[in-house]
This record gives sequence, structure tokens and C-alpha cells, in this order.
Amino acid sequence: MGKVIVVTSGKGGVGKTTSSAALGAALAQRGEKVVVVDFDVGLRNLDLVMGAERRVVYDLVNVIQGEAKLTQALIRDKRLETLFLLPASQTRDKDALTPEGVELVMAELKRVFDWVICDSPAGIERGATLAMRHADMAVVVTNPEVSSVRDSDRIIGLLDSKTLKAERGERMEKHLLLTRYDPNRAERGDMLKVEDVLEILSIPLIGIIPESMDVLRASNIGAPVTLADARSAPAMAYFDAARRLAGEVLPITIPGEKRGLFGKIFGRRAA
Amino acid sequence: MSIFQLFRKQRSAPMARERLQVLLAHERSSTGADLVSILREEILAAIAKHVQLDNDKVQVKMDRDEHVSILEIDVEIPLDAAMRAA
Repeated sequence: MGKVIVVTSGKGGVGKTTSSAALGAALAQRGEKVVVVDFDVGLRNLDLVMGAERRVVYDLVNVIQGEAKLTQALIRDKRLETLFLLPASQTRDKDALTPEGVELVMAELKRVFDWVICDSPAGIERGATLAMRHADMAVVVTNPEVSSVRDSDRIIGLLDSKTLKAERGERMEKHLLLTRYDPNRAERGDMLKVEDVLEILSIPLIGIIPESMDVLRASNIGAPVTLADARSAPAMAYFDAARRLAGEVLPITIPGEKRGLFGKIFGRRAA
Repeated sequence: MSIFQLFRKQRSAPMARERLQVLLAHERSSTGADLVSILREEILAAIAKHVQLDNDKVQVKMDRDEHVSILEIDVEIPLDAAMRAA
């Protein structure tokens, strides 16, 4: 039985889709069978970020409405055998996503895949609540910026109340993924530090993704950043985050930090 | 960015531009229903008139490109259905 992960944030533009694609690819690069599901009906973009936009035939709504089989809607990644995409519908409105339909699709995906990664739309409406509904674990994507932290706090509240796990009285496992982090600006005091965000949100950290040109470059060419340049700083941070998702215990480092020899010797670690 | 990186890595923005142009050209044509999708529906409907279509036996692939799009429909037609039509 596969694990369902929701990648969510409340706020738009913080890196949910980028992170869904990168984490999905990173897990698939470990040989695990992964599907990434786009829940943003009407404004899909995961297909574009993963470079599969020209190959979309059927989508999640087609499957829910019985117009296509799940196997027909799944798109296999051209570079990674074990990575699949289930695109959202671009044309229909959000109401086409029914709780019953989503439940059936998730149950089937869990049977076939090791990981089901749900890329949530921004906001707290139907698409977002349905994306988190069946999750076993949540990755809360947050930028070190006030409005993003506030919205993440709101989403954490929803994860603890509106999900199946919460309704069954179980504890939803939530992890913070801090994206677009600039260690130099944080050090200068111009950006919230990792510790600040952790203290405010008080959920465990799963990774810090540095602000990097490599992320934009990857989406330009239509490849998850872990595939576009596996040795780039953000890719390595996503690889580590994926390993932590899979249960490994790794010390968290602030990646891409420009340090001199002195800093390298006395390399500091964030908790 | 050093001069060496300039040669090493191909610029990515032209690729982004080209991908977007192709994608949006398809999406703008009649509210998302592009020619390839229409053809797909009509071809499947035409086949369904003669053969009981089993969703498991139909594979549809599309690849939209700048100059050509490819629509690939793979239908398994059972022998008895083929004989009935003859």
C-alpha cells in the first residue's frame, strides 16, 4: 500500500508544484514507483513543469467522471520509468472534483504506487481540501516571508481538522519544506531565519531549498530540478528531503551557503 | 556567471518561450478543445458505432508539436465484432 503525501501551502507561488515535481522525481530516482497528481483544476501547471504538457490526453476529472480509465490518464515520464503524472483538467470547473471520485482514484493509486504525491492548489477551497483529504503525510511548503508563514499556519490547522486522518482522531504527520531560502540575507537579518519559521510553525523540518537560478532553469526546460541538474544545490536539497520522507534520518544542512574556508571548517548546522 | 558556464549550459529561456508558444496556441484554440482532442472524440465515436469499445482495450496517445501533432489511437477489435460487421 502506497503512501499519500500532500504538498500544500495555502499561499500561491511558494513552490508547491516545483516541490511536488522535484520530490516525486527524487523518489522515483531511488527506484520507487511514484505518481504525482495535479489537483489544480482549471489552472494546471504540473504537466508544464514536468515537461509533459504536449502529451496530456485525459485528466483527473475524466477519470472521476468515468470517461477514461485511470491507466489511460496516467502519463509516464520520458526520462524516468517509475515516474507518472496524473494531470488536472484545464477546462472544467472545480466542482467537477467530487469527494467520492477522488476517494476512488486515491484508493486505486495507492494500490499501484509506492508514493502518491498530491500537488495542492493554492487557497483553502475545495481543490485544496480534497488534495489533503486522503493524505498520510503533509509537506507544508513555506517561504521565509510573513504572508507565507501565516498561510502555512492556517493550512496546518486545516490538516489537523479537515483530513480523514484528523477525523479518525489520528495525528497527521506534517513536515515543513522551507523554499527560496537565502542564507546570506537571513544572516544579514533581512530574511526570516530557519529557526524563526520553525519556532512559529512548530512542525519538523524536512528540508531547506535555497533560492536558486537552477529552479527557474528546470521549469524553463520542463524537468523536475532533480533531473535537470542533479548536482545543483536545490536538487541536492530535494534529494535529502525525499530521503527524509522515506524515513531516513539525516542532519539538515543549509545548502548552497557560500562559505569561506573558515566557515567550511566550522560549518554550522541548522536544527 | 562565468564565460565557461555560458558555453557549457544551453540557455533555457528560449526553450521556455518555445514550449509556451506551442502550448498556448493549442489552448487558445476554441476554449481548450483543440483539433486533436476533437478528432480523438469523433474517431472513438465512429469506432464505437461498429464495435463495443472496451476502455481497457483502447490506448490513446497525443503529442502536440509546433508544426505537427500526433494522435495515436490503438484499438483492439475482437474477431467476432469484425466478422459481424462484414
